Amino acid sequence: SYAADIISTVEFNHSGELLATGDKGGRVVIFQQEQENKTQSHSRGEYNVYSTFQSHEPEFDYLKSLEIEEKINKIRWLPQKNAAQFLLSTNDKTIKLWKISERDKRPEGYNLKEEDGRYRDPTTVTTLRVPVFRPMDLMVEASPRRIFANAHTYHINSISINSDYETYLSADDLRINLWHLEITDRSFNIVDIKPANMEELTEVITAAEFHPNSCNTFVYSSSKGTIRLCDMRASALCDRHSKLFEEPEDPSNRSFFSEIISSISDVKFSHSGRYMMTRDYLSVKIWDLNMENRPVETYQVHEYLRSKLCSLYENDCIFDKFECCWNGSDRQVHIVMTGSYNNFFRMFDRNTKRDITLEASRENNKPRTVLKPRKVCASGKRKKDEISVDSLDFNKKILHTAWHPKENIIAVATTNNLYIFQDKMN
Amino acid sequence: MFVRGLKRKCFDGEEDIEGTLAGIKAIPSYNLQRQSLLDMSLVKLQLCHMLVEPNLCRSVLIANTVRQIQEEMTQDGTWQMINTQSTGQTSLDRLVSTDILCRSSREQAEGKHVPGYSTFNKDFEDDQTQDSSETMSTASSVQAPRNLQSNVWEMENPQENRGNFQKSLDQIFETLENKSPNSVEDLFSEVDNSYYDLDTMLTGMMSNTKMGHCDGLETFSSPTTTTSNSNCKSDLNELDHIVEILVES
Repeated sequence: SYAADIISTVEFNHSGELLATGDKGGRVVIFQQEQENKTQSHSRGEYNVYSTFQSHEPEFDYLKSLEIEEKINKIRWLPQKNAAQFLLSTNDKTIKLWKISERDKRPEGYNLKEEDGRYRDPTTVTTLRVPVFRPMDLMVEASPRRIFANAHTYHINSISINSDYETYLSADDLRINLWHLEITDRSFNIVDIKPANMEELTEVITAAEFHPNSCNTFVYSSSKGTIRLCDMRASALCDRHSKLFEEPEDPSNRSFFSEIISSISDVKFSHSGRYMMTRDYLSVKIWDLNMENRPVETYQVHEYLRSKLCSLYENDCIFDKFECCWNGSDRQVHIVMTGSYNNFFRMFDRNTKRDITLEASRENNKPRTVLKPRKVCASGKRKKDEISVDSLDFNKKILHTAWHPKENIIAVATTNNLYIFQDKMN
Repeated sequence: MFVRGLKRKCFDGEEDIEGTLAGIKAIPSYNLQRQSLLDMSLVKLQLCHMLVEPNLCRSVLIANTVRQIQEEMTQDGTWQMINTQSTGQTSLDRLVSTDILCRSSREQAEGKHVPGYSTFNKDFEDDQTQDSSETMSTASSVQAPRNLQSNVWEMENPQENRGNFQKSLDQIFETLENKSPNSVEDLFSEVDNSYYDLDTMLTGMMSNTKMGHCDGLETFSSPTTTTSNSNCKSDLNELDHIVEILVES
């Protein structure tokens, strides 16, 4: 159905060979990069569909008389240990570990069965032979290996695999749980911000992530624009943060919407683990883990929306949760990317301080065309090729983007479509 | 949903107060817009209650916005004025009745598609009685939060009502299990009377859920039909009684 195709998460695996998307209908679609084409050395492999499976189904909570959506909120890949691939996918309530494996051979030459599976009459068997494996058309199978359920009262917004590759965390609006990948019947609650009296609830958890190198450290962000860094060695329940990152409010920009636009929708550590990036409604901020009182860099994604906040509140767009991502682990280049409206997405180069706005749309999607930079005209006379704020389409939002871990290939999800772009090679 | 072409001027709290025209024109504009934002927020919270399961983050952010507005209104005294008007028809001197009473919600009723909100506008306009629309609508806009609650409940949607009845039961079960419900109405269920409208609206919802829309309830006991929004506690006792029956059977 139409709505089910809405992409809700995008994630490259650790090698970048596979790209997984989750959608509102609970499906996971995995794309695989083709081997490099040796005759056309100037192009990298294309991504083609590799596997499709139904990860989550809609469920009904009979006690509350509420439906549990099958929409996939997040996918995270495990690093590859053997021939098979593993990923975690989660909806609002249940996390599942999926094994994706290939089968390209099958056994032939059974003694008691015909090739089509029918059993042979044992009396007709006169000789014995050893079955052998013969090649077959590649089949990719996905099977659920673990189901981690019943640990979240509220909606899961994040999962993050620890650098020990044995444990992972799952975060909902008020709690964070720690799991062992092998154990499904229990999890440890490591953060709980639910007040004793729900009347006093004024802040929720919006995202959480493990540190890429330090397996005791994780961060979680809140709807009030704060990030807390916690060390699991300090205590079993990490209610006291080791560090609290918060930028003081700018009094000249204060409005009734200040808190809403400060709510952090995504948090991502840099590859080194020295920095982290947060996304709030209007900006992307880079934080140095050693400095808690303000970010080291702030990039405005679409500042022209600041004067439209009332309308964006009215049509609920102000609650859109944009994600952000770092470029691959290239030591020289540091770029961050995030989405916006009108199918625009933005990239900020931390070294040169330059930024660019690009559009993911069918008109631009001819192979090998270079994307043309776009510009939004905030006010005054609109130049040629500029787009005025009032003609932006707020239905066309890019919430999910991903960057290949090694190459300059990016995946950008519009509402129903996935775009894969690569940089122009020389 | 209204997404394309942001034609409505968004308001920025400060700019109107600094307007060059006499304060009288500038200030009501800010107050009215602020009121409109309050009303819009209350509608959004109500819509939360009707959805399958409210997005807690969104609910919390909207609730915080409502609190901020109420705090500001309490500080500059407009909140007191609202309380006075809800009881009688005291004078509206502080508010200048002008045509800015675009009643921003009226503009919305023309061009917008937010479902719950346009319903609110329609009902609210129906409530206007003999007085001239200009002066009356000012008072009505102030009373809107209270009318809103009853109008919304008249929407005769058994599906939603059943869902909300379930939610009330849900609250009881969770209370029994020593868990606090995660629905927004309980954020405010014991708020003191200074937050009059919000309290009214939310506890009113709780009492209204038992006003005979659900057959299941009548099977268990004769519901007390409360027309006012007082006595939340007696309603809770009513629900306790129902739970006893359910548990025993």
